[in-house]
Amino acid sequence: MSARRWRRRLTSGAMTGLVGALSFLAVLALVLILGDLIAKGASSLDWSFFTHNPVPAGETGGGVANAIVGTAIVVGLAAVIGLPVGIGTGLYLAEYGSGRLGWVVRFVADVLNGTPSIVIGIFAWTWLVKPMGHFSGFAGSLALAVLMIPMIARTTEEMVRLVPHSLREAALALGYPRWRTSLRVVARTALAGIVTGCLVGVARIAGETAPLLFTALGNLNFSTHVLEPMQTLSLQVFVYATGPFDEWHRLAWAAALVLMGLVLLLSLAARWAVRQRSHGSAR
Amino acid sequence: MAAPADARLRLETVRLTALYGRRTAVKDVSILFPAHTVTALIGPSGCGKTTFLRCLNRMHELSEGGWVTGRVLLDGQDIYEAGVDAVRLRRRIGMVFQRPTPFPTMSIYDNVAAGLRVNGGRSRGELDAAVERALTQAALWDEAKDRLRASALDLSGGQQQRLCIARALAPEPEVLLLDEPTASLDPAGTQRIEELCHELKTRYTIVIVTHNLQQAARVSDYTAFFYLGELIEVGRTEALFTTPAREQTEAYITGRFG
Amino acid sequence: MTTLPIEPVAAAEPRWQALRGANAGDRLYRAALTALALTLPLLLFALLAELVASAWPAMRRFGVPFLWTSVWDPVAGVFGAAPMIFGTLASSLVALALAVPLALGVAIYLTEFAPKWLRQPVAFLVELLAAIPSVVYGLWGIYVLIPFLRGHVVPALRAALGWTPFFDGVFYGNSLLAGSVILAIMIVPYIAAVSREVLLAVPASQREAAVGMGATRWEAVWTAVVPYGRAGLLGAGILGLGRALGETMAVTMLIGNRHDIGLSLLQPAYTMAAAIANEFSEATTDIYLSALFEVGLILFVVTVVVNALARLLIWRVARGTAVGSRAL
Repeated sequence: MSARRWRRRLTSGAMTGLVGALSFLAVLALVLILGDLIAKGASSLDWSFFTHNPVPAGETGGGVANAIVGTAIVVGLAAVIGLPVGIGTGLYLAEYGSGRLGWVVRFVADVLNGTPSIVIGIFAWTWLVKPMGHFSGFAGSLALAVLMIPMIARTTEEMVRLVPHSLREAALALGYPRWRTSLRVVARTALAGIVTGCLVGVARIAGETAPLLFTALGNLNFSTHVLEPMQTLSLQVFVYATGPFDEWHRLAWAAALVLMGLVLLLSLAARWAVRQRSHGSAR
Repeated sequence: MAAPADARLRLETVRLTALYGRRTAVKDVSILFPAHTVTALIGPSGCGKTTFLRCLNRMHELSEGGWVTGRVLLDGQDIYEAGVDAVRLRRRIGMVFQRPTPFPTMSIYDNVAAGLRVNGGRSRGELDAAVERALTQAALWDEAKDRLRASALDLSGGQQQRLCIARALAPEPEVLLLDEPTASLDPAGTQRIEELCHELKTRYTIVIVTHNLQQAARVSDYTAFFYLGELIEVGRTEALFTTPAREQTEAYITGRFG
Repeated sequence: MTTLPIEPVAAAEPRWQALRGANAGDRLYRAALTALALTLPLLLFALLAELVASAWPAMRRFGVPFLWTSVWDPVAGVFGAAPMIFGTLASSLVALALAVPLALGVAIYLTEFAPKWLRQPVAFLVELLAAIPSVVYGLWGIYVLIPFLRGHVVPALRAALGWTPFFDGVFYGNSLLAGSVILAIMIVPYIAAVSREVLLAVPASQREAAVGMGATRWEAVWTAVVPYGRAGLLGAGILGLGRALGETMAVTMLIGNRHDIGLSLLQPAYTMAAAIANEFSEATTDIYLSALFEVGLILFVVTVVVNALARLLIWRVARGTAVGSRAL
């Protein structure tokens, strides 16, 4: 083989190795972060961590019970508002979205999807916190819902569009009215994908902090009142991580681990949802 | 042909023209489909026979830019008249497509019952009876009766197509439109469905689009030859195949083009 | 026109009544869905209106020089956003420079070289990076990344490049460098995912043609596949830029939050998003708040433009599929 050919072969091998190494680096970053979370946070996870509220600054101990409940409430409320609107918008885009309004809605969804969440946060502050005169978990939920809706709308539309046209025609030829075709046949077929999109969306907003800084604000006490400031895991991690006490730093790792666990659980559930429905494919 | 006891119906088109936007796909076709007969629509690809078929149950207008002029009379009434609900019409005219399209999230039973449920108001017992009747008519009952709750996707291609036929038959339409129903099936499946056409015509009026001239000859009482959107010739099948009146018909049948 | 020679049949009793009907269900469904869909344009309109209205006092007071003035004095009520704008651009561009080779490498590896059984797991793991909340990145950044930079990276950089203005000054930890590195890690999964889809959309014939001409495996990829998807890959990079511009939590925890323009990566800096996060609750005067809203407006406009550009480029290669618009 000529020297030139040898060199090209070598380069090819080297570059293959390089891209493999780069991929390894990327995976390594993930492993390091998750590993550190577990290493530094797991030891603090005891029963009292999950059931107690934060103790006054400077003292040791305490937990994140208020943050866990707060996350559940704020995220749950955001989902209750955001999922129906998002799915409905997605169905609209898939069923009737080929006209001008459909184009506008799709464009707006893409713009909002790319908007920094802090901007959504100050938007929610102006429209909800300022008129109400105080911070509230409810305002936080609405900010998160605004983040969620365009995301869910696009994934829903995508999943519904994947349903073959022939299925829709078969239903229509049977005498199904359009609304029933859209819901009972098309959306039902796309259901697994829609659910996946919803779970991914919820996982995304569960980790959000920026939009909550000026809406839910955070609360060191236990509160389930949505019209009062509310604590979430993400806010808790932020306060503890940037605080001056070592004790707080220790708790920050633990809270971050819990938050990451929640996000991971939702992401895995999303993947599982797709796998469940793909059995029994047509031959 | 034996005349059943109930009143006889017929389908008729009067100067039917079907367009996509400004492009004409079917030109000025007037044809009668007598009750309890099988009429085959033949012609080369793109001659408009499928478009024409889809006009008969108002599926054509669901295509991008699809519209028609002319009339289609079901039992004397123009289905394109203002005020006619296309959804209700399609419950009286059933359609089976080229590729089997069972509803993937439904069981065999639910697939067949789908057209009945949309009409509402039937008890469990009535549904059971209707599903059995439809599956029997589609020659699928024996193979399916023990696994009605199984997913429709567990069936083979030929079985799925018969399932789609059963699904179309369950609401007891008056007319059955078949768009190349055996195109994606193997010879055994094809034969089964051709036999079905013979059995079904005692109850229904059937219009079948087919690419396969032998199939048209085997299955139909009347044959209509389409070319470039126009109806060239129509007549009793044996007559059309042995002594076609038009030159184009003869050229197509003898395989000189198409 | 030919007619069928048949015997006339007895006319059946007209059943035309059964065909008539209105379709209320369809109309209702469409109206309901349309109403839901209208919330999005309404929201965007409200967002823009509110941003402009709240930023207006500052816009009127400071005019266009707001973009290049460096003074940020809440007490005197004089504000200029130049340091934040500089910091946003600098951190995002450095992050991009670090992330693109990494992400592109991952994308190429996954589509061209990785053994089949490895593809799904590795892709999944890289996607998981996108699921990590920003605040968790910030936490890890403060207590793991910065010590690592301080202990191993900065001394090396200073030794090699300390003579340049980019690596001079004391390194206290919170710095443009730390912010950029964490941003880089955060945007890698987005760039990688979109790049992967772009590369998958390149027709196989491209690669086959190159191999047919005697190219090595790498050459086929680098000279045939990658250039074909060039526009889309550029779009993926710009999408990553768009994401970096808007990142808030991790950046504000690592970048130092100082209103300063400097060339050195080792110095603290500021970004628009971090400034809003940091100072919004402290804004006691109306003009202070309005200045922050103006920063928000600038940030909004910049990210919208960058994202639109990215999507245009990606769409060119992927031809209208939903590449890039999917939430990760």
